[in-house]
Amino acid sequence: MINHKKNGAFALIDSLVRHGVKHIFGYPGGAILPIYDELYLWEQKNLIFHYLVRHEQAAAHAADAYARATGKVGVCFATSGPGATNLVTGIATAQMDSIPIVVITGQVARPFIGTDAFQETDIFGITLPIVKHSYVVRNPRDMSRIVAEAFYISKHGRPGPVLIDIPKDVSLETFHYIPTNPNEIDLPGCRPIPQTSYKQIIQAVSLIQESNQPLLYVGGGAISSDAYKEVKLLAEYFEIPITTTLMGKGIIEDTHPLSLGMLGMHGTAYANFAVSECDLLIALGARFDDRVTGKLDEFACKAKVIHIDIDPAEIGKNRIPQVAIIGDIKVVLKQILAYVEQECQIDKQQTQSWLERIRHWKEDYPLSFNEDSVQLLPQEVIRAINNLNTNISFFITTDVGQHQMWAAQLINTGPRKWISSAGLGTMGYGLPAAIGVQIAYPDSTVVCITGDASFQMNCQELSTIAQYKLPIKIIIINNFWQGMVRQWQQAFYGERYSHSNMNQGMPDFVQLAKAFGIKAICIKNKYELHSSFEKFFAIKEPLIIDCHVSKEENCYPMVAPGKSNSQMIGLIKQLKKNTLFIKDEKFIES
Amino acid sequence: MKHTLSVLVEDESGVLTRISGLFARRGFNIDSLAVGPAEKAGISRITMVVRGDNRIIEQITKHLYKLVNVLKIQDITNIPCVERELMLIKVRTGENKRNEVLEIANIFRARVVDLSEYFVILEITGDPGKMAAIEKLLEKYGICEIARTGKIALTRESKINTEILRLNTMVNNNEIRGGGT
Repeated sequence: MINHKKNGAFALIDSLVRHGVKHIFGYPGGAILPIYDELYLWEQKNLIFHYLVRHEQAAAHAADAYARATGKVGVCFATSGPGATNLVTGIATAQMDSIPIVVITGQVARPFIGTDAFQETDIFGITLPIVKHSYVVRNPRDMSRIVAEAFYISKHGRPGPVLIDIPKDVSLETFHYIPTNPNEIDLPGCRPIPQTSYKQIIQAVSLIQESNQPLLYVGGGAISSDAYKEVKLLAEYFEIPITTTLMGKGIIEDTHPLSLGMLGMHGTAYANFAVSECDLLIALGARFDDRVTGKLDEFACKAKVIHIDIDPAEIGKNRIPQVAIIGDIKVVLKQILAYVEQECQIDKQQTQSWLERIRHWKEDYPLSFNEDSVQLLPQEVIRAINNLNTNISFFITTDVGQHQMWAAQLINTGPRKWISSAGLGTMGYGLPAAIGVQIAYPDSTVVCITGDASFQMNCQELSTIAQYKLPIKIIIINNFWQGMVRQWQQAFYGERYSHSNMNQGMPDFVQLAKAFGIKAICIKNKYELHSSFEKFFAIKEPLIIDCHVSKEENCYPMVAPGKSNSQMIGLIKQLKKNTLFIKDEKFIES
Repeated sequence: MKHTLSVLVEDESGVLTRISGLFARRGFNIDSLAVGPAEKAGISRITMVVRGDNRIIEQITKHLYKLVNVLKIQDITNIPCVERELMLIKVRTGENKRNEVLEIANIFRARVVDLSEYFVILEITGDPGKMAAIEKLLEKYGICEIARTGKIALTRESKINTEILRLNTMVNNNEIRGGGT
């Protein structure tokens, strides 16, 4: 038992270790020095490991990706003032995607708070709208309780980031330390998740049984509740096709006959057709985001809706469901499956004509690109990565933009293996995220698919990768543009390419990598791609593959903002004619 | 439509900021907000009057519940309850209008809390209707300043809403009178 006089910094690190924290990402500085001093001693005993990033934003992203990949709470450290404000983008990223992280910031000593002291900033106030909860530790005796509460809150219900701001003198103050038992925390404001009633289960199941054209619409909630087995069972039991959001990607393998891939703005044509035509939409841990729904009034407008989510505030926020169940997806689906197995006669034929219709859509409107192109296409690079990922073992992190959408379309991946900033769309996320994942799983292959613009937003982290020799494979889809911005300017802004070209000032990424002591190659054509890609992937050390791809390629299909999902731009119908389903062409605008 | 929400919160720093930040960010409207310690130490009761249809009120309630410091929310709009507000009002009483003002104050059972040659400050408690009535009557004398606490409310265990009773009695009386003529 530790019952001697200890300081606040000891209480913090001890509490973190008691919560099973093994890895911390961070950057030291004045106000957090007492904590780093304590950390030094604990690291020497191999009780905890800290990874030094090169910018605090990367610490937050790495902790966030660590949480996404492992399901555990990610932890990051930063000092007061600029250190803390540099975390803001990372905290907002975690909040938008409901990722459990605990963020610890140093603060100026209590007597200096409010005096505009050196490196003082009100990080508690700044982050209020983007955290699930936050604390300022005003008394070291509260430290252990606050850490316990923070871990509980970040994971309980809908997960999210929790910030703990620690004044420097609180870290230094000694007191009689008694660790808080995590089972004894009292949080009356954290309500237990309600039990699902038998009636709700029956209502949901009867809607499913009545439906001839059901569709599962699965979001990040299903990943964070680790419900992939249950989702698949439900789908297979009733023969319901599944489409996922960007956050739900990986819940089912893309090769599964019931899988329709991603829906929404850059979703597959067949997923968007299916959502427009379904008569029952089963939303699992998804929030009817505008990038998914397109024009909300026309989203699944022929369908009844079953909405299962852990957050009551999501129910009826954008779409009023016929049946709403509040609860953990895994728990609720288990209840549904148990009921179905006992009570229901399943008619597997019921959805067959619907599945047949979808199969035709898949044949007629597959994801496609011009394979005959002379230039190297970005999709080919991403497909080449996918081809190496035969047993879905790779962790894929992405940045934001065209490459992200192509990766979402073309990469077949598993649950918790797809790490991408969805809600906030944070360029610069991919590289630090790869660091977080590689540290969680040192023996796994971690691939960071990034764009030339996104990569430059956090490329200082190459230094972190070099320091810890993290064998991350960084694939830069380099088109010398902010590709998605260019695509929007081309489509909606009269081809006025305002500040989206990256040509001038573009670094030579191979030389840049060399400066960090990292291996790099440049691929400029199809031949180089096919001859060298696999060989380079086998290298067990950090590697950058800078792929110079066609500059004009756009990401299709695309639902224009504010348009219905069934109206997609850039849809190419395969030449195989199918007269039976010709009526579906009415969906296509251009 | 206006709704009255009675919200119990943990009395911790930042609670009000969290609530007002939530309202600002999600575009909800607050008409009034009154905060004070509740019956239990460490717990505060916030009585807020908010505007919106039922769906908006439902969203407000759900989002408030997501705040860790929020313990309980009750929509007391349609529940019998005692509603009170305190108003301080500074009125000009020049040109021998003091007696008229004091007469009005008397009828409304308002207390005079400050008196000077040309001004009087009245203290009025009551439901928001009474506040509006006296304010309207005093307008012509010249209202210099007004300070109001915002509405506070507790539900009635008697389950009888005297407001509604009074309204009903008035309606009945009118009917009887109307029937007589």
